[in-house]
Amino acid sequence: MKTEEQVLERVPLAARRSWKWSAIGIYALMIVLTIPFLFPSWWMVTSSFKPLSQVLEFPPTLWPRDFTLDAYAAVFEQPFLLQYFNSLYIAALVTVGTIAISAMAGYAFARIRFPGANLIFLLILVGLMLPGEVTIIPLFQLFNGLGLTNTHWPLIIMPMFGASAVMGTFVMRQFFLGIPRELEDAGFVDGLGRFGVFRKIALPLARPSLAAVAILSFLSSWNAYLEPLVFLSSKDKFTLPLALTQYTDAIGVPIWNVQQAAATLTVLPVLLVFIFAQRHFVQGLSQSGIKG
Amino acid sequence: MTVQTVRPQAEGSASVGAPLGGDPRGPRRSRMASRMRRSEVRTGLLMVSPALLGAIVFVAYPLITLLWYSLQEWKPLAGGPVFTGLDNYERLLSDPSVRDSLGATAIFSTGLVVFNIGLALFLAVLLNQKIRGMTAFRTIFFSPVVVSLVAWTLVWTFLLQNNGGINGFLAAVGIDGPNWLREPGWAMASVIVVQVFKGVGLNMVLLLAALQEVPEELVEASKIDGATRARTFRSITLPLISPTLLLVSIVTIIGSLQVFAQIRIMTEGGPSNSTNVLAMYLYQTAFEVKEFGYGSAVGVLLFVLVLGLTLLQWGARKKWVHDEN
Repeated sequence: MKTEEQVLERVPLAARRSWKWSAIGIYALMIVLTIPFLFPSWWMVTSSFKPLSQVLEFPPTLWPRDFTLDAYAAVFEQPFLLQYFNSLYIAALVTVGTIAISAMAGYAFARIRFPGANLIFLLILVGLMLPGEVTIIPLFQLFNGLGLTNTHWPLIIMPMFGASAVMGTFVMRQFFLGIPRELEDAGFVDGLGRFGVFRKIALPLARPSLAAVAILSFLSSWNAYLEPLVFLSSKDKFTLPLALTQYTDAIGVPIWNVQQAAATLTVLPVLLVFIFAQRHFVQGLSQSGIKG
Repeated sequence: MTVQTVRPQAEGSASVGAPLGGDPRGPRRSRMASRMRRSEVRTGLLMVSPALLGAIVFVAYPLITLLWYSLQEWKPLAGGPVFTGLDNYERLLSDPSVRDSLGATAIFSTGLVVFNIGLALFLAVLLNQKIRGMTAFRTIFFSPVVVSLVAWTLVWTFLLQNNGGINGFLAAVGIDGPNWLREPGWAMASVIVVQVFKGVGLNMVLLLAALQEVPEELVEASKIDGATRARTFRSITLPLISPTLLLVSIVTIIGSLQVFAQIRIMTEGGPSNSTNVLAMYLYQTAFEVKEFGYGSAVGVLLFVLVLGLTLLQWGARKKWVHDEN
């Protein structure tokens, strides 16, 4: 913001006027461009307050003609609250676990020379590009053999040690590589060991990257679809993405308003958190991306 | 536990820090150093062990197992695995659905990367203008990234129904819209566009960050030399952001190969296999038709594709990336 004002002050008046017109053009273009980004959410929320008879009516209405909460009542005829809780606690566990595992591993890769480091890191890189679909059959067999299908264990353990940890390790390693070693030397002089230096000096510096890893792993667990689809079979075990698809009639046609109501309840909290903490989201995600 | 492990090393590092002059204690010091080194190695291995365990169990093991499964005929409902050598791969080569899938995957990935990177770059350039209020626009363009993929897809599926919102608005202005998700060409276009709007924000902020790193002096100098805006962008800006462009396109391509939820929810691979990308076909084969052996062969194909594309892009980076530090 500051820099924009500074720029404005430096521009002479005539140039500022022509600049003003091009600015208006850019604003107009931008506003048109926001439509496909904003309109779906608008449609989702407004449809959730329409009666079923009006969600597909012609001409379409941007505002519910008859405002009703029927759809929301119908959402809770399914074990939606339980499914919400399932998603929340699984994502929370995955996030905490991923942070711990990837911070330690990322630091070790960045700072400590140990045998096999290159080989292990190569494995991490392979994991980084590995689509979840490729490994789903063997992993299904693995958890099936352990009797853990239709439980939440695979949904917690797999990302915590697998995909999310791999991503987090990579992000954290990039971060720790960028810390000046001199900062850590002070810790060694003070008698801290390697792990102490990690915990007391490196880790506090890593907060922005940790936040990025936390956001990424939370979102990927919260949004996961393939794994719950493959592993879960009973409704009370479902997580939200799977739960959203349960609102259909007997022949499988979605009950649109109820589905949109459930989607609204799923999306809104995350969207609100994002709007208030968007700086962290955007900076964190872009930072980790740039460095990767 | 770990604190005890690293304690000797702390003493070691302290004594290394002390000035040792002529150093008659040389051997002792080196013994200390090697002890310190050993404990450092132990700490490193301990810190990496959970991630290593994960990489073995969730990366190495399933990859090796997948290869093994792909050599068997295995229909969990009909009967256990029977080793059949390369039979599954022969079937892969002659399977018309695989050909459809490869075609759909190629169209989807190409379309997604082109539109995603193109739009991301366009939005990033717009946001890079020194105009008030850009943060708000950035927030809006970025917001679908944090929206649940399934919710986003469901809303668009709802909008794209034959009698849905989009066709409603089109009809209101006199346009007879197609049945978006039930006509082959339109179905693919819909899936691509919905996915572009979902993910373009991430690439946009990455490219915006890169654009903001471009030194203003260079752009100014180019303008003073009489270059047009377009020419400046092509010759100065684009080369300078090329490392980010490469990174972003790699991530987008790899991501495009694992598109699954969107396809399953919007089209289920149809109509007539036109959107049945490889990941979707893998799921159908393994978990709907319940053929683990053949599904694994499809998985190997998908893996080879991802690996090949990754290596290809990294190999190509020297050719067109200006400066990679």
